[in-house]
Amino acid sequence: MLTIKNLKAGIADKEILKGFNLSVKPGEVHAIMGPNGSGKSTLANVLAGKPEYTVTDGEVLFAGKDLLDLSPEDRAREGLFLAFQYPVEIPGVSNINFLKTAIAEIRQYKGLPPMEAKDFLKLVKEKQALVELQVTLANRSVNEGFSGGEKKRNEIFQMAVLEPALAILDETDSGLDIDALRIVANGVNKLRSDNRSFIVITHYQRLLEYIVPDFVHVMYEGRIVKSGTKELALELEEKGYDWIKKELSQQVEA
Amino acid sequence: MSKENQLLEEITGTEYKYGFSSDIETETAPKGLDEGTVRFISNKKNEPEWMLELRLKAFRYWLTLEEPRHWAHIEYPRIDFQDIIYYAAPKKNKELKSLDEVDPELLATFAKLGISLEEQKRLSGVQSTIAVDAVIDSVSVKTTFKETLAEKGIIFCSFSEAVQEHPELIKQYMGSVVPYTDNYYAALNAAVFSDGSFCYIPKGVRCPMELSTYFRINTSGTGQFERTLIVADEGAYVSYLEGCTAPMRDENQLHAAVVEIITHKDAEVKYSTVQNWYPGDKEGKGGIYNFVTKRGICLGDNSKISWTQVETGSAITWKYPSVILKGNNSVGAFYSVAVTNNKQQADTGTKMIHLGRNTRSTIISKGISAGFSNNSYRGLVRIAKGATNARNHSQCDSLLMGDKCGAHTFPYIEIKDKTAIVEHEATTSKIGEDQIFYCNQRGIETEKAVALIVNGYCKEVLNQLPMEFAVEAQKLLAISLEGSVG
Repeated sequence: MLTIKNLKAGIADKEILKGFNLSVKPGEVHAIMGPNGSGKSTLANVLAGKPEYTVTDGEVLFAGKDLLDLSPEDRAREGLFLAFQYPVEIPGVSNINFLKTAIAEIRQYKGLPPMEAKDFLKLVKEKQALVELQVTLANRSVNEGFSGGEKKRNEIFQMAVLEPALAILDETDSGLDIDALRIVANGVNKLRSDNRSFIVITHYQRLLEYIVPDFVHVMYEGRIVKSGTKELALELEEKGYDWIKKELSQQVEA
Repeated sequence: MSKENQLLEEITGTEYKYGFSSDIETETAPKGLDEGTVRFISNKKNEPEWMLELRLKAFRYWLTLEEPRHWAHIEYPRIDFQDIIYYAAPKKNKELKSLDEVDPELLATFAKLGISLEEQKRLSGVQSTIAVDAVIDSVSVKTTFKETLAEKGIIFCSFSEAVQEHPELIKQYMGSVVPYTDNYYAALNAAVFSDGSFCYIPKGVRCPMELSTYFRINTSGTGQFERTLIVADEGAYVSYLEGCTAPMRDENQLHAAVVEIITHKDAEVKYSTVQNWYPGDKEGKGGIYNFVTKRGICLGDNSKISWTQVETGSAITWKYPSVILKGNNSVGAFYSVAVTNNKQQADTGTKMIHLGRNTRSTIISKGISAGFSNNSYRGLVRIAKGATNARNHSQCDSLLMGDKCGAHTFPYIEIKDKTAIVEHEATTSKIGEDQIFYCNQRGIETEKAVALIVNGYCKEVLNQLPMEFAVEAQKLLAISLEGSVG
């Protein structure tokens, strides 16, 4: 599904990802944790193709294609979805219209005929229920005047409608109260399947109680420094990141 | 070349779709302007003596005026008024009896512009039919559905024809809202106006179809000076559309029109414009100077006038569609989207003059600037003494794309009555790279993303347009802004 090899990237002259490696197989859920500034959000943005970031080395294969060679929209059309940490507002453009445009573009790219209006409405209705999103929100302008929780739910709603092969959740749990967290996590869990993978970026172990990952990776200074199963998240919660940092410096000394 | 540059190159290469010129046999007046020119035009139109007198009065007055150059936020070289052809008309040998006699090249021209001069119902079935007055250069070549409308007592014809057929109405209303003394270009227009549309909706009649005028400048070196007059008698209603295009030429061509609207008691006129005159090339060469005076008066109580405009064309746009709210409880509205790209300049807005009691006005202006363009909103809200309980709400938003363009807002508010409530809101924003990336990430390419964002931004205005026009306007917005995001 996704293979990242020795990825080096950054903003301007600052290198943030310093040889990042990761392999994600279909159906797997990988959690990426790590202290502030370790490069987690950079990873999400680089994979999605945000223009400010420059890739200096490495390769990324996604569904057999050279991901780094694709435009941001083509990455999305190939099935890569990013749930943004800070979803933007687009005044005057309804969520429905936005999604309709997105679906039309994706289907056109794939050489599929346009979706019938009634099928689209049915799809929207079905997915709305999944994230308990009110009908009125779907008809409102994209994220305009949404609360933090509503914005995050809207991201998951969009993900549900677009049905990506790989979804990257960039700190989707930040700023959520416990109820919203549960709703978002339920939405994600319902979308888990054998051929859909997730990369869940988070600071807290709390989210991983709801979305149980197959693997947990710890990121530090632009690369993965420790990998394990869900127990690793618990250990991190208990010991903090200093434990990892210490372990690393000991390795260097040795 | 990087991928982005290549894309940019491709898109900015998109040509002005209506830039073709037609090879139509044309009869023109000699270049230049003097009393002889005015007489020539009047004579060509076989006008009665009173009309000629009016033209000459306006012309003599115009001679006393100075070309206004300083107050608007636009820059252009002095116009050589002796270097303009003031009259150009497709040649015809005899009076046209039917469409079959119209020069096929002319029909082809309008067909190419998407304007049907044949009175067939549209196949789509849903849309109501539209009656069209097609004006090319200085003359109206065809007005459709005239007979159908006449059954309801509606007069819809070219201005020239109205002068001949309905002199009493022309005498009564022409110049009653925009007198020739109003401003430099209004005086010029009154002297040399060539053609335009006249529309009269009688008492209590709701016009069953949209009326529209399509203006086309074709001949090189000509100016277009059309006049439109719309009168809605008591309780009448009409929705009126105006569209304009011109060929691509290196020279600047002048378009100085006058539009007057009069609404009597309980009457309503909706006037919508999609202005797409040739804007000049990327370097700012060529394009239309669009210096227009548009004004309506709500003469009777409870009457309504609304101006909706989508301005994407012209090298320079200079116009302020206004409403004089004379009747008590009358309502005026101005909804505007003005887009400038490359080196275009626009100074546009409105005037709402409240004279009657309980009068209300709404102004919604959306300016979008891209490239090296300058886009100004200029608006006046005046509440006269005695205009008790007048209300105005103004909202002026500016959207900037890139960092080489300018957006300016010049609101003027004059309040002489203390019961007035006037609100003014203004915002300036930049189209965010974050917004575009967000769309990209959902599979939407940049061009479409910009169109989506801009259309969202203009939604309040576009919603005011008749359905068919709105679709056209949305496409036009997208085209006008192509290549403005790298």
